[in-house]
Amino acid sequence: MVELTTPVRWLLRLVAVGYVLLLVAWPVSTVVREAFADGVGPVLDLLADPHVVHALSLTAQVAVQAVLINLVFGVTISILLVRHEFPGKRVLSALIDLPMAVSPVVVGLALLLIYNGRTGWFGPTLESWGFQVIFSGPGMIMATCFVALPLVIREVVPVLTEIGDEQEQAARSLGANTRQTFWRITLPSIKWAVVYGVVLSLARSLGEFGAVKIVSGNVVDRTQTATLLVETQYQGFQQSSAYAVSFVLAFASVLCIVVVSILRPKEKH
Amino acid sequence: MKRTIKAAALTVTGTVALAGCTSTGAATSDSGLSVVAFSVMETANADVYDAFAATDAGADVTFTPSYGASGDQSRAVVAGADADVVHFSLETDVTRLVDEGLVAEDWKETPTSGIATSSVVVLVVREGNPLGITGWDDLVDPGVEVVTPNPGSSGAARWNMLAAWAHVAGNGGSDAEAKQFVADLLAHTPVLPASGREATSAFVEGDQDVLLSYENEAILAKQNGEAIDYVVPDDTLLIENPAAVTVGSGDGAREFLDFMESAPAQELYAGFGFRPVAGVDGVELPAVEGANDPADPFPAPRHLFTIDADFGGWGAAAEKFFADGEDGEPLGVIPALIEASGAEAAE
Amino acid sequence: MSAATLEAPPGAPPRGRPRSRRPRTTLTTGSSIGLGIAVTWFSLLVLIPLAAIVVTAGERGWAGYWDTVTSPQTLAAVRLTVGQALLVTGVNVVMGTVIAWVLVRDRFWGRAVLDVVIDIPFALPTIVAGLVLLGLYGPSSPLGLDWAYSERAVALALAFVTLPFVVRTVQPVLGELEPDAEEAAASLGANRRTILRRVVLPALVPAIAAGAVLSFARAIAEYGSLVLLSGNRPFQTEVVSVRVLTHVENGSTASAAAVASLMLGVALVVIVGLDLVQRRVSRRG
Repeated sequence: MVELTTPVRWLLRLVAVGYVLLLVAWPVSTVVREAFADGVGPVLDLLADPHVVHALSLTAQVAVQAVLINLVFGVTISILLVRHEFPGKRVLSALIDLPMAVSPVVVGLALLLIYNGRTGWFGPTLESWGFQVIFSGPGMIMATCFVALPLVIREVVPVLTEIGDEQEQAARSLGANTRQTFWRITLPSIKWAVVYGVVLSLARSLGEFGAVKIVSGNVVDRTQTATLLVETQYQGFQQSSAYAVSFVLAFASVLCIVVVSILRPKEKH
Repeated sequence: MKRTIKAAALTVTGTVALAGCTSTGAATSDSGLSVVAFSVMETANADVYDAFAATDAGADVTFTPSYGASGDQSRAVVAGADADVVHFSLETDVTRLVDEGLVAEDWKETPTSGIATSSVVVLVVREGNPLGITGWDDLVDPGVEVVTPNPGSSGAARWNMLAAWAHVAGNGGSDAEAKQFVADLLAHTPVLPASGREATSAFVEGDQDVLLSYENEAILAKQNGEAIDYVVPDDTLLIENPAAVTVGSGDGAREFLDFMESAPAQELYAGFGFRPVAGVDGVELPAVEGANDPADPFPAPRHLFTIDADFGGWGAAAEKFFADGEDGEPLGVIPALIEASGAEAAE
Repeated sequence: MSAATLEAPPGAPPRGRPRSRRPRTTLTTGSSIGLGIAVTWFSLLVLIPLAAIVVTAGERGWAGYWDTVTSPQTLAAVRLTVGQALLVTGVNVVMGTVIAWVLVRDRFWGRAVLDVVIDIPFALPTIVAGLVLLGLYGPSSPLGLDWAYSERAVALALAFVTLPFVVRTVQPVLGELEPDAEEAAASLGANRRTILRRVVLPALVPAIAAGAVLSFARAIAEYGSLVLLSGNRPFQTEVVSVRVLTHVENGSTASAAAVASLMLGVALVVIVGLDLVQRRVSRRG
């Protein structure tokens, strides 16, 4: 391994840490500072407001359901892409990355065009079956799924590719069927990639704003998520409450990331 | 230690997952009137809902309100959002619903001509009015920076632009002179936020000199302790926010609309800085905290322009001033000016 | 990234046996059903809605589409968005690699904290990101900087949200690099700079490229953090997502879709380009 000279090493450390500090750490600490400007008590009071409680619980529900859907979809697609051949595989794998490049405004608009209940392509039909998408839970979950779609796949595919399928082949030659192979060999080997992907998905889902704003209708205590509440409160002169809710959202995501990094077995370099 | 963390993480995940499996968001609101209103109404309506519930007509009524930018809300209703009562920032947002058959064509036939709240365009300045702004002409003085929302996306902005136009045209100036004034104003505007609320935030957080806004927005900001003051210019535009019930709305919608346009509700709205609407009798103004003079909160400006009298109604005004140039119609005056000012500034 | 990493990751130990001719399909009944369901869901969620954008964009015919897309305001927004995205991607390529290096090849107190902080831009709702950046780099900045409502604000917000991308693609590759090549070069007399330039960096280039592509893609799509920070002044600080939203709020859905389809096209080009680059590099490697 090439060893850098000490001054160079310190320079790199300084640059890296300095950049991250100025760009991320310090601005984000503003959330903490503003939220707790008057101490912990007022924050707890603000968070006990029924609108806030509902918004936070709605965000949690939407995020969890979106993450579960993306988990199942992500693992399925990853295995199909890495372990199988089929016509159109290259196209599919390229398209999977597309959601990352789509602006939330476009996501909301696209879903609206298809699923809105009056002029959408599928919306009126779905609503006549009693299934409302836009301005209701399913629409919000879909918008959140859209934006977080590639995250699990991006973590799992490299690992699946890396570890190779020798173990699975061995298991199959010993008589294991597909299900046993999956649950006992494949899944455990990608466990940490899946967990990390889930955590990133969860963080992304908790924080989604633009797309959900367009498809949810922002009905207080019905379809108002925590991020929508933050915007409303910030613009309604309730800055401290906005910061308090922001803090909860950020804290939840960071906590997940920290827990995973503690639990993950240390990689060998 | 790791074991404990693992166990805790699993428990939390399990609980949240279980909770997450409950259905999210109601598909239909069987209970409660859906009130779809523009964002400024959120604070004020809370009291009005309570007051309505205390009346006979409102005894069993609950509310599921939704608040957002007026245009967004209107479009949401067109796209299928539940709405029993709509209350928007400007008439074109209601007209959109009429065109879609969601609101009856005779919605204006009420004692207040369909208007539920009103206000005037004011000039918001820093506390103490350091630059001594007194009127529209001060806005185009050298070095003055103005904030106003983007008329393309904000109803509030349209009132502001028309008020600026009326300042020249209504006082005898020609169309060309009015255009020049608005162009000058835009040249002094470094920020065009997307909505009235965002404009207020931008002003409060920023260092520009003047914000064009509604009087009630300024009063609300002062009530919340923001360090601002506002000036009611000698000549300004009357802002009228219309409200209507939708076709097929639930029980109590009509009664609530009538209540909104009655004296008790107007007094409650006045407490939040809205001027009582013409056509409502018997309104006793409370002392309005946050107004320049709480005892006389709504001084009449010397010239009060209105859309109907000075601009020929919103239909004509929207077409002349804000048409977006799609479908072959000529670009409206204001979008053209914004484009020109941006193009100039970019050179 | 999934396209990029379908081939064996660069720098990884070679696969056991050489790949023979690929069969056209190795799907079993079970996996076919799985694929069918997955593709159906993907279509309902992503492909069909995006197709609706393209179709709606064409509602006013080719002439209408062309007018919207080439209108001066739209072009200015595209120029701003793409320009700032490229600038920020360039910054990310350098800083991302440096940060990845420091995380992988260095040991110092607080390294684990740095690792976690890198992921925060993912975790923070974009609207909150805009808020806090405004507080620190806007008019009331304790640093005395006032970058709000300018192009720099756009760059700042984009740098914030795209920070993790290059770091996270380079980090694993750097960690997997075998020391053999470097040690061999050293024993042949190469100095540090040469080793870095000729041995380490080339091995990292595909990962850096992949991260750069993701960073660019994310930057052109950004909306939430720019809402408060950039001022949205047409021709100067209006990015494409805001332009799309303005069209929507004007009721011109077709124009909104037209501009959106333009950016979708850019995104597709960028992603397909990455796929091709990765394929060529892996084949050579």
